[in-house]
Order: sequence, then structure tokens, then C-alpha cells
Amino acid sequence: MGPVVWGVEPMNDARQTAAPTLHDSETNRRSLIAGHRRRSDVPFFVVMGGISSCFVLLIVLLLLADLRFASLAEFKEALFKPEIQFAFQLTILSCTVAALLSIWVATPLGYLLSRYRFPGRTLIDTIVDIPIVLPPLVLGLSLLILFHQPFFGWEIEAWLRDTVGFPVTYRWPAVVLAQFSVACAFAVRTMRVTFDQIDPRAENVARTLGCSRGQAFLQIAFPQAWRGMIAATTIAWARALGEFGPILVFAGATRMRTEVLSTTVFLELSIGNLDAAVAVSLLMVAMAVVVLVVLRLLGTGLTS
Amino acid sequence: MIELQAISLRAGQFSLDQVSFKIESGRYAVLMGKTGRGKTTILEAICGLRRVVAGKIFIHSTEVTHWLPAERGVGYVPQDLALFPTYTVRGHLEFALKIRRWSRPKIDERTDELAEQLGVTHLLNRTIDGLSGGESQRVALGRALSFYPSVLLLDEPLSALDADTRWEMQGLLKSLTDAHDVTTLHITHNQEEATALADVSYQLCDGRVEKLESKHDQASSR
Repeated sequence: MGPVVWGVEPMNDARQTAAPTLHDSETNRRSLIAGHRRRSDVPFFVVMGGISSCFVLLIVLLLLADLRFASLAEFKEALFKPEIQFAFQLTILSCTVAALLSIWVATPLGYLLSRYRFPGRTLIDTIVDIPIVLPPLVLGLSLLILFHQPFFGWEIEAWLRDTVGFPVTYRWPAVVLAQFSVACAFAVRTMRVTFDQIDPRAENVARTLGCSRGQAFLQIAFPQAWRGMIAATTIAWARALGEFGPILVFAGATRMRTEVLSTTVFLELSIGNLDAAVAVSLLMVAMAVVVLVVLRLLGTGLTS
Repeated sequence: MIELQAISLRAGQFSLDQVSFKIESGRYAVLMGKTGRGKTTILEAICGLRRVVAGKIFIHSTEVTHWLPAERGVGYVPQDLALFPTYTVRGHLEFALKIRRWSRPKIDERTDELAEQLGVTHLLNRTIDGLSGGESQRVALGRALSFYPSVLLLDEPLSALDADTRWEMQGLLKSLTDAHDVTTLHITHNQEEATALADVSYQLCDGRVEKLESKHDQASSR
């Protein structure tokens, strides 16, 4: 027997004794370099691509089914309804306000959770995640209870309505607050990961150069975090767009008052107007795609 | 002058106890020792980035043990340089001066002077992307020296450089620290580097800092 290379079958005796041809030596050389039999990468890509494409295909089929269901005339008719136009405007406004509030809160909170180890940090980390795992209706119910639960004879909603003159429950601010409650949790996650990826040593050097912690954050960490901030704002906006359960419970679904596009789908379905529901659904898909594309282009432009 | 009196430090599981040494004003000191013995931890404690468990730190006879890093007036060049990714070379050289609210003409004058000394004038408007190891090192050094610190701390500043650049940087370090009359503590484990630069050398061994025979001592004994 000749020497056995791992993964290469030993040659038979007849071939061992025969003078090696140029082709044989080239084949052996390749086998020895590889250390084993050459194997194709095609099965790898087929398996990975096959599994991945299942999800992509599912989403594409969902959208195609919606497109096929709604005719252009029905789509136009639905979108020109004043209730839906109001819902569209309130959606744009409330999602934008909720996303801006989210990034305003998520930036400092994400930074603190990323940079510092302090008592109660794990607890705060867990609390921040609660809106993500809580059933949406429960979150809405909790908001409702918070605003109407008397604390030693003092009630938030009553105080806001009677003293401040800014009632919240079942009005548009409730829509924003319900959207913010969920969207902010996602924004905090994103900002924390963003700051985790920024080396804190540059901030430390800035502190030796005369910066306070606040200056080091604003002048060193903050300018590096803009890409994460765009991502967090996008995610918060998209989450706010899709929010339904908390809005239904905390803000209600009153036409021309607290109706956003996600509640429009529900209201149209509840009165059996499937065409309008599908039209609004497609509008929401288009809005989400436009926002994602615009923000990604913005991000790419800023990078370049 | 830098003086550590019986300093105790903790960094996770690692600790250093009762570390003491003193570097006279204007001297170029080199601290040597094997990797993982706590040289960087000592440097971080001097510039205020590492909490001191016990003991005292003095800079020019003033106790600064619990002062904020910004208050100590220490120039610090960490091993990885930690340059600011969103700043240009000029931005680095100006950074400490802007924080100190220097006037624009004074900032420009100082930046130009420093850039010339460091040989980075042609790089002033470039971002740090694509700078070579030697160029990055010069920028980090300039950033640390820009505000005329009385103490300069260098954490293995030449370790990532090739032999030619290291030789060149050694000369630059020596000339700049002499020109700025700054008390320097330089960490390295390169004996050749220590011999070339040090007025006085220390060895960190088994948690104790021991003074090695200095050029000054050698000259006195002759």
C-alpha cells in the first residue's frame, strides 16, 4: 500500500506500479493541495438559498395576492374617501411624532445601557423590553388604566383634561402615546447596539483632552451614531405605522378623530368593505417601502 | 513631576497593590514589563480613567487622585491611538484647544506650528481614513501635545510600527518632548526603544515598580 492521504482513497497496486502520466500527477497535486476530494459548493447555495427564498417568496406572494384582489378603480375610490384621507394624514403625523420622540428617548437610554454598569441596569434593560413582548391589547389596556387610575385621589387624565387643558385618552395624543410605547422599545434596542459598536476609548481620550462626559458624548459618540439613529428612527416609524392593538384600546377607532390607517383596515373589515380594507393595506405597504427606501438612500448618501 | 504613593487598582479580576514610583519634572521615563502586568492600568489611573482604590497620585506636587481626567492636564496616547473617526487631522489637533475656548487665530497658529513639527501639514484636511500607521501616530501625538500638557502618557506608541517608521518616530518623540518640556511616561516592552528614549527606566515586576539604572545615574557614577 502507498501512503494514504486523508480523505483520498488509496490507489490500487496496478496504478501504483504504472508510470504516472502528466494528467495523473496534476490530479494528484490538486487532491493533495485540497487535502480531500473536491466537492461542489452548489448544494450549499441550493440549501441556503432555498430556505431563505421561502420567506421572501411568502412576502412577495402576500403582496401579489393583495394587488390581484384590488382593482385600480376600487383603490382610487377608497383612497379618496375623506375618512381614509384623514386617517392617512393622522398616520403620517402620529408616526413621525412617535418616531422622533422615540429617538429622543432611545439615544440617551441606549447610551447609558451600553456604556455604564450601574445597580438596576439589568432590571431597566428588562423593563425596556416589556413593550416588545407584551400583547398589544394588554399594553393599550395598561395605558388606559394608568391614565384613569386614581393615585391618592389624583388622576392623570383628569389632571391633563381639567388643569392642563390637554385631554389624552380617546384623542389623537393617545394615538401617538400608544405608538410611542412600542416603537421606543425597538429604538432603544437599536441605539444600544449602535453604541456597543462605537469604541468608548475615543470618548475617554476626549475626556483627558478637557471634555466632560457630556461633551465627550456630544462631540465623539453622537457624530458616530447617526447611522444607528437613522436605523432606529426607521424602525420606530415602521413599528408605529403597524401599531393597532394599543391604539384601539387607548385611543379608540373613532372616524375623523382617532382613526389611523391600521384602524381603518379594521373598521372597513368590520363593515364588510373588503375592497377598501385591501386598498388601505396596499397603501400602508407602499408607505413602509417608501420610508425604508428613502431612509436607506439617505444613509447611503451620507456615508458616501 | 508624576508621583504614585502606594496606589491600589482593580480592573475586573486583575489588581495591583501598593504601587509607588516618582518621575522628576521634565524627565522621559520608560515603564517596562511583560504583557498583562498592569502597565496600561497604571497609565489610565494617572490620567483619571481608572478609579484608584487606595493611595495617592500627585502631578507636580498637587494631589489629583480624585480629579476628573479633564482637570489633570495630562496628554494621553493610548495603544490603539483611539483617533476620532468623524474628525479630520486638523480637527484632532484643534480638539483640545476648542474645548479650552482658545481664540480662532491662536488655534490656527498652534495647529499650524504643531502640524509642521509633526510633518503632517499636507494631511491637515484629510480624515483619518487611510492614514498610515506612522501618520496616525503623529496625529495622536499632536492631539495629546496640542494644549501644552505638563505630563505626557504614551502607551506602547511605537509597537505597531515597522522598524524604519519606529526609528523615525523615536527621534520625533524625543525632539517634541524636549521642545515641550513635558514630563513623559512611556510604556513599552522593547528594550531597544527604552534605551534610545529613556532618561530613567522602571520595571513593573510582580506588582512592584523598580527603578532601573538611568542615564543620569550612569553619568553620575562615572
